[in-house]
Amino acid sequence: MTLPAPLRGAFAGPVNIALSLAVLGALALVLPPLFGWAVAHAVWQGDMATCRAAAGACWAFLQAKARFILFAFYPADQIWRPALVVVALLALMVLSALPRLWGAVLLTVWPVVLMSSWGLMAGGGPLPRVSVNDWGGLPVTLLVWTTCMAFAMPAAVLLALARQSRMGGLRSLSVAYIEVMRATPMVAILYFAMLILPMALPGGVVLDKILRATIMTALFFTAYLAEVVRGGLQTIPAGQAEAASALGLGYWRTVQLIVLPQALNKVIPGLVNLAIGFLLATSLLAVIGVFDLLNAAKASTTDPLWMGFYDEAYVFAALIYFLLCFGGSRYSLWLERRLRRN
Amino acid sequence: MTLPVTSDGQGPHLFPRGRFAALVEWWGPRPWSQLAVILVIAALLLWFGLNLAAALQRAGITPGFSFLFRSANFQIGESTLAFQAGDTYLRAIVVGIVNTLKVALAGCVLATLLGVAIGVGGLSANPLLGGLVRVYIEVVRNTPLLLQLFFWIAVARNLPGPRQAPGGMGFYLSNRGIFVPALTSPVGWLMPLAAIAGLVLLAAVARPRLRRGGGLLWPGVVALSALILAIAGAGVDVPQLQGFNIRGGLSLSPEFAALLTALTVKFSASIAEIVRAGILSVAPGQREAARALGLNDWQILRLVVLPQALRVIVPLITSSFLDLAKDSSLAVAIGYPDLVGILNTTANTTGQAIEAVFIMAISFLVLNLSVAALMNRYNQRVALRGEAGR
Repeated sequence: MTLPAPLRGAFAGPVNIALSLAVLGALALVLPPLFGWAVAHAVWQGDMATCRAAAGACWAFLQAKARFILFAFYPADQIWRPALVVVALLALMVLSALPRLWGAVLLTVWPVVLMSSWGLMAGGGPLPRVSVNDWGGLPVTLLVWTTCMAFAMPAAVLLALARQSRMGGLRSLSVAYIEVMRATPMVAILYFAMLILPMALPGGVVLDKILRATIMTALFFTAYLAEVVRGGLQTIPAGQAEAASALGLGYWRTVQLIVLPQALNKVIPGLVNLAIGFLLATSLLAVIGVFDLLNAAKASTTDPLWMGFYDEAYVFAALIYFLLCFGGSRYSLWLERRLRRN
Repeated sequence: MTLPVTSDGQGPHLFPRGRFAALVEWWGPRPWSQLAVILVIAALLLWFGLNLAAALQRAGITPGFSFLFRSANFQIGESTLAFQAGDTYLRAIVVGIVNTLKVALAGCVLATLLGVAIGVGGLSANPLLGGLVRVYIEVVRNTPLLLQLFFWIAVARNLPGPRQAPGGMGFYLSNRGIFVPALTSPVGWLMPLAAIAGLVLLAAVARPRLRRGGGLLWPGVVALSALILAIAGAGVDVPQLQGFNIRGGLSLSPEFAALLTALTVKFSASIAEIVRAGILSVAPGQREAARALGLNDWQILRLVVLPQALRVIVPLITSSFLDLAKDSSLAVAIGYPDLVGILNTTANTTGQAIEAVFIMAISFLVLNLSVAALMNRYNQRVALRGEAGR
């Protein structure tokens, strides 16, 4: 047999041959119709009528609606602003992924990029103002995600430190907060943001739906992040902190210089995986009617000119989520190997 | 800053060493800073609470749970318990809890079955199967559950009508729902009873103490269940196409079917990864040693690999089950009347949003804690035992 090495295992022994044939049979059943739908019978140009007449996918729909799925109701002549926000936030992700830059640089870049992104979306000054109600699509997903991460991370470190400390009062508070948040579904948290948070604010203060959802989601993510950070803190032997205090360092200096750098380093892959989960979780904002990427994709199928092309819209949105998350998980694997080497 | 304690255990306290001293010790260092932080948080919450109370008063809503006994003027799409407009909110909420439990339980069982199959398949040396499993896992894991749910509900609602419904052997996929054969019995309450009796017997059999002498118990259980079913005259109700509709059998609504499919698919991927990690955590030397001792494949799996792999698998799968139960609340996005959906309707029709969210949080807290407690008990049985634990 002169099969290439990776395929040799597929035909080694009767069990493997049977398994391989079963897999090939299943693929033969699924792939040709899929190819027919996605390519052979697909409509690349035209309108709803041509799509209805064809048996395949309607990619013409995506040509017409891609802008809506990506940016929803944002004014057409101002599209460069959300587009720039998407580019900036993706660039922020790439920069944050480079271990060389970890440290003071990123700590200053993050707030700057986030604040200018919110500012650019909202407008003001020379830029025309755009109401938050018109925001939507990918920039909202990315903006909510990164903002939540930026608020949740420091809060999570504090919570994790409290949970690990010998201070009984703060420790119990931290445990209660973490456990209650982790037991509650995110949908319930979002309903809290929708129904109760507006009433809990003093009269006259009106926070937009996206802002309220961002605040509650950040509080929700904090509990999950805190548990991962705690995992890192637990790996640091007590001797480290004791040695630091013997050298005369105070609590915060010990935490900042000795404990946190080591603890966080150990759990970075876990943090990356959690961040990927959070990106997927932001899609739940669709439940309370925020026009994030997923909700924009769903809404695009109800356009009377292009009614009911669910598959195409969801494939498009799924592809964006997949590229971001798959890239993230590959990165996390690479990081894990790199950390193990060092 | 812990207070110094002298060798006889008497600290320089104002009070004799007792409960108060124990409390002080538990409270730990920086007592006043801690108190200050807690007071600030309490003040913030109090401020929110006062705002809430004022807002409620303006809206003319009396806080409290008396609304539970008022009649609810909405219909519930599907319910295991009978429900009609005019029944109390309390009953509606119970219907929601039952619907949540139904889909979560079915989801846990199906996701575990599929996940174990996929996880084991992914470990096979066959590169084709391994590749297929990898693709499945990556696609499922890296797209949002809600997006998958939207996809499945679109599929379920766009299935052909009953007359053109694909299927056979008693299974039909139609836009009126998914039809599967159902077990029937002339006495309705006998079925759950038989199921519970079977589970209790199963648990008794599984206990190691009883198992030792009881090789005959297994056939006994089967025979007993068969006997009960036979006495009850149980049969299988197979759905059939009659005229323009499918009659008989068990019909699952498109919403339930879509939610169950989405949860099963999503969590089968994470469970597959857990199973894979668990089995890979058993060092290959263990297997080789077992083979050298002359054990066969089945014995190696049952006596050597599984007991060790389960130690890794059980805690992880527990949190998967908890996530699944929580994620079943996405039902609200497609209109399956689960607990969250019904509480949302309740909040919108009565204005009692705080109570509704409170019930939501408490229900899931209880659900989570009880699943965690159950799984922890099981975990104690599979966990590594030190000398003290024997």
